[in-house]
Amino acid sequence: MTAAMTDLVPALPEVFLFVAGLVLLFLGVFRERDGLAIVNPLVVLTLLVAAVLTIGIDKGPVVAFDGHFVFDGFAAFLKVLIYVSAALGVMMAPAYLADERMGRFEFPVLALFATLGMGMMVSANSLLALYMGLELQSLSLYVMAAFQRDSTRASEAGLKYFVLGALASGMLLYGASLVYGFTGTLSFEVLARRFLVGEGAAGLPAGAVVGLVFVIAGMAFKLSAVPFHMWTPDVYEGAPTPVTAFFAAAPKVAAMGLVLRLLFQPFGDWAAQWQQVIVLVSVASMILGAFAAIGQTNIKRLMAYSAIGHVGYALVGVAAGGVAGVNAVLVYMAIYVVMTLGTFACILLMRRHGRYVEGIADLAGLSRSRPGMALALGILMFSLAGIPPAAGFFGKLYVFLAAVDAGLVWLALVGVLTSVVGAYYYLRIVKIMYFDEPAEAFDSMARPELHGIAVLAAVLVAGFLLLPGPLLSSAEAAARALLP
Amino acid sequence: MSDWPLLSLVTFLPLVGAAFILFIRGEPEIVAQNSRSVALWTALVTFLLSILVWANFDPAQPGFQMVEKSPWLLGLGVNYYVGVDGISLWFVLLSTLLTLICIIGSWHSVQERVKEYMIAFLVMTTLMVGVFVALDIVLFYIFFEGILIPMYLIIGIWGGPRRIYAAFKFFLYTLAGSVLFLIAILVMYFETGTTEIPRLMTADFDPSLQRWLWLAMFASFAVKMPMWPFHTWLPDAHVEAPTAGSVVLAGILLKVGGYAFLRFSLPMLPEASEYFAPLVFALSVIAIIYTSLVALAQTDMKKLIAYSSVAHMGIVTIGIFTPNALGIAGSIIMMLSHGLVSAALFMVVGVVYDRIHSREIAAYGGLAERMPVYATVFMLFMLASVGLPGTSGFVGEILVIVGVFSVNGWVALLAASGMILGAAYMLWLYRRVIFGALTKDSLKAIRDMRANEVIAFAPLVVLVLLMGIYPQFFLDPMAASIDQLLARTVPGAEQLAMQ
Repeated sequence: MTAAMTDLVPALPEVFLFVAGLVLLFLGVFRERDGLAIVNPLVVLTLLVAAVLTIGIDKGPVVAFDGHFVFDGFAAFLKVLIYVSAALGVMMAPAYLADERMGRFEFPVLALFATLGMGMMVSANSLLALYMGLELQSLSLYVMAAFQRDSTRASEAGLKYFVLGALASGMLLYGASLVYGFTGTLSFEVLARRFLVGEGAAGLPAGAVVGLVFVIAGMAFKLSAVPFHMWTPDVYEGAPTPVTAFFAAAPKVAAMGLVLRLLFQPFGDWAAQWQQVIVLVSVASMILGAFAAIGQTNIKRLMAYSAIGHVGYALVGVAAGGVAGVNAVLVYMAIYVVMTLGTFACILLMRRHGRYVEGIADLAGLSRSRPGMALALGILMFSLAGIPPAAGFFGKLYVFLAAVDAGLVWLALVGVLTSVVGAYYYLRIVKIMYFDEPAEAFDSMARPELHGIAVLAAVLVAGFLLLPGPLLSSAEAAARALLP
Repeated sequence: MSDWPLLSLVTFLPLVGAAFILFIRGEPEIVAQNSRSVALWTALVTFLLSILVWANFDPAQPGFQMVEKSPWLLGLGVNYYVGVDGISLWFVLLSTLLTLICIIGSWHSVQERVKEYMIAFLVMTTLMVGVFVALDIVLFYIFFEGILIPMYLIIGIWGGPRRIYAAFKFFLYTLAGSVLFLIAILVMYFETGTTEIPRLMTADFDPSLQRWLWLAMFASFAVKMPMWPFHTWLPDAHVEAPTAGSVVLAGILLKVGGYAFLRFSLPMLPEASEYFAPLVFALSVIAIIYTSLVALAQTDMKKLIAYSSVAHMGIVTIGIFTPNALGIAGSIIMMLSHGLVSAALFMVVGVVYDRIHSREIAAYGGLAERMPVYATVFMLFMLASVGLPGTSGFVGEILVIVGVFSVNGWVALLAASGMILGAAYMLWLYRRVIFGALTKDSLKAIRDMRANEVIAFAPLVVLVLLMGIYPQFFLDPMAASIDQLLARTVPGAEQLAMQ
């Protein structure tokens, strides 16, 4: 095998996604009329195959493409999570798209390319690869956000996302250039080796620290962490619901994976430099996520604030650091993705008289008209609130434990107190579904995929405590792969 | 038989019953009837299994028995770890008994959404039993917090007019306290590397750290108890909850706080417990006197009983923090007695509420004429609540008062004076509701108790009298465990088993 060929092996899932994406694009163009109906299931299949391929290949760690790409246990864990959640996100979309007369085949293909970008992000081993992956993802997402061309609300959301996203990318790029200028390298490995703490090691130049802060700011935008969260509520609310569902799951995992790799590999020995930034962002996100969601009336907007809060909790684990911290973040993100996808599957089922509704009040009395859906959504809400025995509690348990381990007891304290405030608005949804007088029932829709995802998510969340082993052990292996 | 996972069976059987009810389909009437039957049978079998636990229990052993342990949360070393000792045994029995009684008692009174009601109730039973058998502090916390979910739904769906306010207040108030307990758990785990309760009991924490941990736990348990001034959620929750909800709240949920003080604060943080004992005494004495006075002024029967619960819990906390054998034994008996008596009193209110739909004391009067059986039952539990000798209430109160007298005479004096107030408001309540002339038209046609109501009350009557007349029956099995608890808390303390 030639050198180029051995490089391809660790990137096999991504190569497969890329080739399949091109083929499906062609296929869609030639099947003008029923393009979406054919391409969508194929994209889901492609993503699932990529997940299987990821599991199958050697978790070395293997470095490829002149050190720009790395495949290790950490990347494998995140990729499986990303590909599966992206597949579920794409699966939820077509019926809504057709109903709202935007059933074009480009949607799943764009989602596929965005997912490819995410896969590249978590395997990035240099600032250059990081930027390329991030931009491939972002550009695809910009288009998806504005996919509903005829709606001013959606176009506004798309434009807002694009402008602010471009600004964030600019900051990130500027930060990367500062790091390069002061250190002379873009490679994570070289950065990690050259600036080890200890005897005879050169300190990290101040300019590179400034660059790192810029890079963190750019990534905080992608994570929708405070103070770079402003786009989130508007985009979540304005974008078509399947797009929001897609946004809320896989890209968050990818961005978090990127943050973890960047902070713990090249800059792992410089935790003192970035920890305070992460702590600040985390505290601000938890507080804003808890308080700003209280007054919301649109469930998508509420989920946006909920996402901000949850990113804050996950960042507690990042701030804590160490294997325990990384492990906690991975467990948290995995549980979060399940809860979010389940919730959005329920939101996509909210349709009355042929129109999709998004008001929280529209859920009134759901426990009588749709007891199954109310039960699933209720379980997910208690889980999002972090009330045991639902899975969401365990995510919080792990991050707070990591924080206490790292001596950040006060950060865990802020976390638990904001989660009490946050519990209020999740409880309010349960209250509306269970205590209020029933509103008119939703249209009954034959959407087995949505029902399936909602039920699966609720069962996973409620049953997590029976069989926590698989997730916990694989997350720990991934955390150990990142921090050998 | 002994190698059966008996405790897990008792804990999770109600959950299986709930899952079964979830899949009942068909006509609304039939679904309701089947849900009731399944719930009744599940509760009955669970209760019988818990009797089996009691039969298998060896009173001579102080440690945990019928222990089950299997790996659970990887990487943390948190196990699924359950067992009972002489203290938790009684609370397990109380939980399964009250569940059974509640299901019988709400046979006719709950007509709406019966299926969901029974599911919520059975899920709650699992969580309540789980709290008392858990031997891992994380497992305990999960059950401890998890109870909030079904209780929130029970208050919010089947409660009175202000049920939504009460449900939110109940949930958020207790959650806010509980999360600090979670932080304490994490810090304790960080310090010792274990979450097993038996091992944490022997851990020596630094005295200054102990105080912080103690306060964090206190925030949680004091809200659950509830102690003055953290009690304000209780009257709202009690008043708005349906009868069975109040029964479980008063009968079991309030005991979780006291149990947790005994299980965690005393043995794990002995120095801090001693340091903060005066604080507990002060708050408890205020609770007894203040809430008794508040109870005197109530016009709502449920609210009156709710305030009397706060007063009784004040006696419990005094007993726990004496800490000597008499005080602790008294507080446990007091909790069990209150579990039976207050549960019965809420059901007493429920009986007339189902008929007249009013909880106002003023709406009643002269019921003795039409409801002789009811008047007799009410009288028994009213007297037990007051602490008449021969009833369970007396035993608990006298043990606590004697126990605390050796520690602080003033506390004993003030607590005893609170009991006089207790007698005043209970006797006055009874006079206004039962005696006098039956003049109100709405009461002219009121029926005496139904068969299912009599059946629901019968075990409570028997137990209240048994506990009052022959308390050794309850005290003997817990003696060894209390001695062991004291040996850890106060080295060289006198032993209960010797007396």
